[in-house]
Amino acid sequence: MLAFTPPPLPSDDKRWKIVNGTMRKNGFARHALIETLHTVQSAFGYLDDDSIRFVARSLRVPLSQAYGVVTFYHYFSLKPPGKHTITVCAGTACYIKGADKLVATAEKRLGIPQGQTTADGEISLMTARCVGACSRAPVALCDGEVMGEVSSEQMLEQLERWAVE
Amino acid sequence: MTIEELEQIAKSVCQENEKYDYEVNVCMDLACMSQGADRLRDALVKAAEASGKQVLVRRTGCMGPCSSGPLVRVDPEELLYHHVNDGHAEAIVNSLGASPVPDLQCDLNDHFDRQVRVVLENAGHIDPEKIDDYISRDGYKALLTALTEMTPSGVIHRITESGLRGRGGGGYPTGLKWGTVAKAGGDVKYVVCNGDEGDPGAFMDRSVMEGDPHRVLEGMAIAAYAVGASKGFIYVRAEYPVAVARLTTALRDARRRGLLGNSICNTPFNFDVEIRLGAGAFVCGEETALLASIEGRRGAPKTRPPYPAVSGLWGKPTLLNNVETYANIAPIVRNGGKWFANMGSERSKGTKVFALTGKITNTGLVEVPMGIKLREIIEVIGGGVPGGHTLKAVQTGGPSGGCIPAEMLDLGVSYDALMAVGSIMGSGGMIVMDDTSCMVNVAKFFVEFCKTESCGKCIPCRAGTAQMHTLLTRICEGKGTMEDLELLMSLCETIKETSLCGLGMTAPNPVLSTIKYFRNEYIEHIVHKRCPAGVCNINVPVADSKEVLA
Repeated sequence: MLAFTPPPLPSDDKRWKIVNGTMRKNGFARHALIETLHTVQSAFGYLDDDSIRFVARSLRVPLSQAYGVVTFYHYFSLKPPGKHTITVCAGTACYIKGADKLVATAEKRLGIPQGQTTADGEISLMTARCVGACSRAPVALCDGEVMGEVSSEQMLEQLERWAVE
Repeated sequence: MTIEELEQIAKSVCQENEKYDYEVNVCMDLACMSQGADRLRDALVKAAEASGKQVLVRRTGCMGPCSSGPLVRVDPEELLYHHVNDGHAEAIVNSLGASPVPDLQCDLNDHFDRQVRVVLENAGHIDPEKIDDYISRDGYKALLTALTEMTPSGVIHRITESGLRGRGGGGYPTGLKWGTVAKAGGDVKYVVCNGDEGDPGAFMDRSVMEGDPHRVLEGMAIAAYAVGASKGFIYVRAEYPVAVARLTTALRDARRRGLLGNSICNTPFNFDVEIRLGAGAFVCGEETALLASIEGRRGAPKTRPPYPAVSGLWGKPTLLNNVETYANIAPIVRNGGKWFANMGSERSKGTKVFALTGKITNTGLVEVPMGIKLREIIEVIGGGVPGGHTLKAVQTGGPSGGCIPAEMLDLGVSYDALMAVGSIMGSGGMIVMDDTSCMVNVAKFFVEFCKTESCGKCIPCRAGTAQMHTLLTRICEGKGTMEDLELLMSLCETIKETSLCGLGMTAPNPVLSTIKYFRNEYIEHIVHKRCPAGVCNINVPVADSKEVLA
């Protein structure tokens, strides 16, 4: 059998080296697919066609299978995130404590449905299945930072702060 | 590393701690962090330095009553302070050696007195990023004892004797599972830890992984010795970045100390663990789906048998247990199976950690002996429902569980008792609902969750959950009929009977249990076009009720 040569990096962007590092650490094994996609998403913020193609070829996984994995798991995103992201937790405890109202408030203020980014690319509105801070429900994450027992007013204040930046 | 060396480390930690007159422990779990616990810790360190007193400020895992956070415990007096912020740091340090800060003291004796801490014994007492802290509290002693003094079958016998059942929800006897994997042939076997805490509203596993990561590793290593595996995987949700970081640190430190790796404790036993990240799929809590995900594939479940114990990861015999199950192993090996079997009820031994959330005064983590009455958990430990509202239901088991009505509070909490009333133990989420929650809407919430999370492999789950959701939406909007309710119930039975995996088989539970115990709420929506809790938005005129009922 011929020795496998991984494809060249898509560009000289240094982030590809990080991606390649994850694959090399796993010996370019097929089972490293999800690990590698995680690395791509944390380096680039999302997964685009080029990156999925590159990872699939490097790991010798059919493109259809790689795309299938990307779309199966909620954590992976095919769209670039906004400059800021507000994530409202939609877990059960948060639902009982009125998280749906928070989502509705944010949707109204930003003029976008959940899962979308404002047209200017500034703010993404996401929901999470559960971030595990249920004892402080309802919870929202502002650029990853957990806000517990958050009210609609507090959330709107945060959105205003981002808007004036 | 030998037992003597382990004791030496424990001794030096104690000597080090004796240099300090006081220990100020700060809870740095997610809930307290969201209220500024990191700023508080920095302020305490600064105040301690300025005071000239010998104070050790320690970061710890979850102390339990999250609703009172940020929490600080001062030792040796064991004073618990609640709702502390960085402005209080100086007052706390000044109070050391004098009288306690009165405004911050909290009385949670009722909350703590009924609890028995086995899994959470270290949480709130050790720095999760310091392996020596764990060793000083008998950490890794069980592993080394097992390796040097016990045979693998001796370990399995002890686990079987303890009566421990899987804490992930199913309640399968742990000793039996270990025995099956041990008996399976082949040189390569795997030990896998399920840290994909998918139940929204539960966070016990997160707290254990973040607050006491070595305990999970020790449990896995003992399991690997017992079943003859040398490689392990921890599958953790990507939504838990702190847990991933803490486990990574713990793995590095355990390898450095020779507690993972080759020839552990100068025995022929080799074992190492890799972390695998989940990517947000509830179905990956199902064992065959989880294994598919570790292999880098879509998390679609497979039919069983063969069970993973016979053919799991890459077709090899695989032992798969939940985080809390592994966390119970070290104390059982240390204290004996009988000690564990003495706790709990007839067929559910030991303790269970619950994440108490929702409309309850003391939210947080509680660990109680199995068999305890639900009433005690809610009214005494949880402090009851706040704001003058009345308790309506307690939900256990998440999207796979059911709603237990307030009238059944005297139920003893065990695997079998919960199953008998149409719910399940689940991984330990316990969500309290009061009169402001609409049970039809709650059922719709869970079904919507299952609909989104269905992997799509089998039709009953893929199409069935979508149809259940349509029917429930219609009822919530006041457009439902009594035929819809009948159809919903028969659909539930079909999905339960014919789905491929646990997700589909249990998805109807929230619907069936709410229809069983809160049928009147469904009738109110259908016949009187009214949501008693005022949650659902109904704009449909009331038809002649006789006509609808006919």
